[in-house]
Amino acid sequence: MEAQEAKSHSEQISHGTYVLVWLALIVLTCITVAASGINLAAFTIVVTLLIALTKASLVVNIFMHIKFEDKIFKVFLGIAGFTLFVIFSLTFADVFFRR
Amino acid sequence: MADIAVTPEHLGHSYLENTGKRKGIAAWIFSTDHKRIGILYLISLFTFFSVGVILGILMRLEMLQPGGKLFNAQDYNALFTLHGVIMIFLFVIPGIPATLGNFFLPIQIGAKDVAFPRLNLLSWWLYVTGAIVILLSLFQHGLPDTGWTFYVPYSIRTGTDVTMAVFGVFILGFSSILTGLNFITTIHRMRAPGMTFFKMPLFVWALYATAWVQVIATPVLAITLLLIIIERVFSVGIFDPSKGGDPVLYQHLFWIYSHPAVYIMILPPMGAVSEIITTFSHRTVFGYKAIAMSSLAIAFIGYLVWGHHMFVGGISETAQFVFSLLTFLVAVPSGIKVFNWVATMYKGSIDLQPPFLYVMAFIFLFSIGGLTGLVLGSLATDVHVTATYFVVGHFHYIIFGGGVFIFFGALHYWLPKMFGRMYNKKVANWALAILFIGFNMLYFPMLVMGYEGMPRRYFTYLPQFETWQRISVVGSWILVAGLIIMLTNLIRGVFKGEKVGNNPWGGTTLEWTTSSPPPPENFEEIPVVTHEPYYHPEAAN
Repeated sequence: MEAQEAKSHSEQISHGTYVLVWLALIVLTCITVAASGINLAAFTIVVTLLIALTKASLVVNIFMHIKFEDKIFKVFLGIAGFTLFVIFSLTFADVFFRR
Repeated sequence: MADIAVTPEHLGHSYLENTGKRKGIAAWIFSTDHKRIGILYLISLFTFFSVGVILGILMRLEMLQPGGKLFNAQDYNALFTLHGVIMIFLFVIPGIPATLGNFFLPIQIGAKDVAFPRLNLLSWWLYVTGAIVILLSLFQHGLPDTGWTFYVPYSIRTGTDVTMAVFGVFILGFSSILTGLNFITTIHRMRAPGMTFFKMPLFVWALYATAWVQVIATPVLAITLLLIIIERVFSVGIFDPSKGGDPVLYQHLFWIYSHPAVYIMILPPMGAVSEIITTFSHRTVFGYKAIAMSSLAIAFIGYLVWGHHMFVGGISETAQFVFSLLTFLVAVPSGIKVFNWVATMYKGSIDLQPPFLYVMAFIFLFSIGGLTGLVLGSLATDVHVTATYFVVGHFHYIIFGGGVFIFFGALHYWLPKMFGRMYNKKVANWALAILFIGFNMLYFPMLVMGYEGMPRRYFTYLPQFETWQRISVVGSWILVAGLIIMLTNLIRGVFKGEKVGNNPWGGTTLEWTTSSPPPPENFEEIPVVTHEPYYHPEAAN
């Protein structure tokens, strides 16, 4: 049954989509590198993190098939993601306010 | 709790008897039975605990007189580093989840084993591998001397073998993550018919909350430790200020894991406390849902407060304010637990057995730890006592007086179930009394000395601290005497103790419905759960 599930997941995503996502990841990495050379002051980190979030979403949904999984797995991932968001926010409470 | 009759006392054979192809030690170290793996962890943990205690005693002995009579500064640095690494990463973090959690989680939810038995065995092997790698670091380029926190920039510059020690801890992290993953899956997928989430024992709730912390927080430590190795090997400059790096970033990353890790250490003991109190009060636990939810709340709030370890580390004033405020939030769910425990005892038919007395000791010692934590959570007072003996005293009251005392108490509670034999209760009570006296003599003077300005991690001290230091040293001897008596009594109980029935304490959770020691698959037939876990019909009437 698990094998059938895995098969149905892989059938829902075409090989072309995988290649497109892979190319998107490479492009986004290039944008990250390019953005580090532009002086956006405090927004540099925000831009970088937004790009990273987009990349992570693509990997999790397409390559890891979370898009097709049960709700419980999405909830689990949501909890982990929310915790990460809180951790980043509190770290910025230090970094952005240092004198 | 279950709608089945209590299982006969001896169901053919127990998990202690070899039934497979393998014999001797191989039947244990390659076993995928969660109970055997729990015992393997128990033996491993207490082996390292003994080493950690010896190192601690040596550190105290150094303080008998000022002036570094036994060890020089470098050796003393190595001693407290090893003591910290062994006690934290090899004993208290795996602690109750890896040992008693492994043994009792599946039984308490009516399962035959954990969801991934082989992964469970792999976790133990990773633990052993990590421990060996740490020990190897002792024989390479000198003992690591950074303290268990591996703070940069010192940890990336010291010539001692930090790389190997850090890599060992990295491996241990995987063991912890896999155990957490196993427990979460087991709780979601393997509960007996009728066991809804709110019919689970509170020990299982505590393990569940802990498992989430293990899974989410430990990877942060893993990547942080890898960054240290990368810094040492490739000199990238992530943390090194001379290369434009940020050493405070290391502290953030380290404490993002290591503060939640404190809850990995303390949540499972709190779960065990809920079990012990309700059993020996012969009453349904007061505020079941509140205690269960407070475990999750502590696990979550634990992620919000790491900055209080860094108040004097160079973080912004805004961060200092935010983290100080958030730190006080932890007191709310902790208070919920303590008040509900006390309310459970109220009008209960209390039976003063050794496990219950350990819980009483825990509440006293943990309260001192908690109240001294307020001093450290408040910005103004923290600045005065930071990096002093006050922190060492507070930490040991929380982790040793809280977590480890309940580890001992939980062992006294569940040992008859694990081995079908009872230890000498009178000796157990004496051992606790000696432990309690030794503990307070050892650590209370540290609070006083810290308040008076005695810095931690120094191999010598000013003459003004001599009296308190000596009281503390004598306390360490008494504590060790208590430990020896306690462990000897337990070990003797395992082999020669009086045989006991299935339910010597009158417990109501599922483990007390199976035989002592349990059969390999825990139950003759999977139980069907019909009512809440702490149902005492005699108290309900």
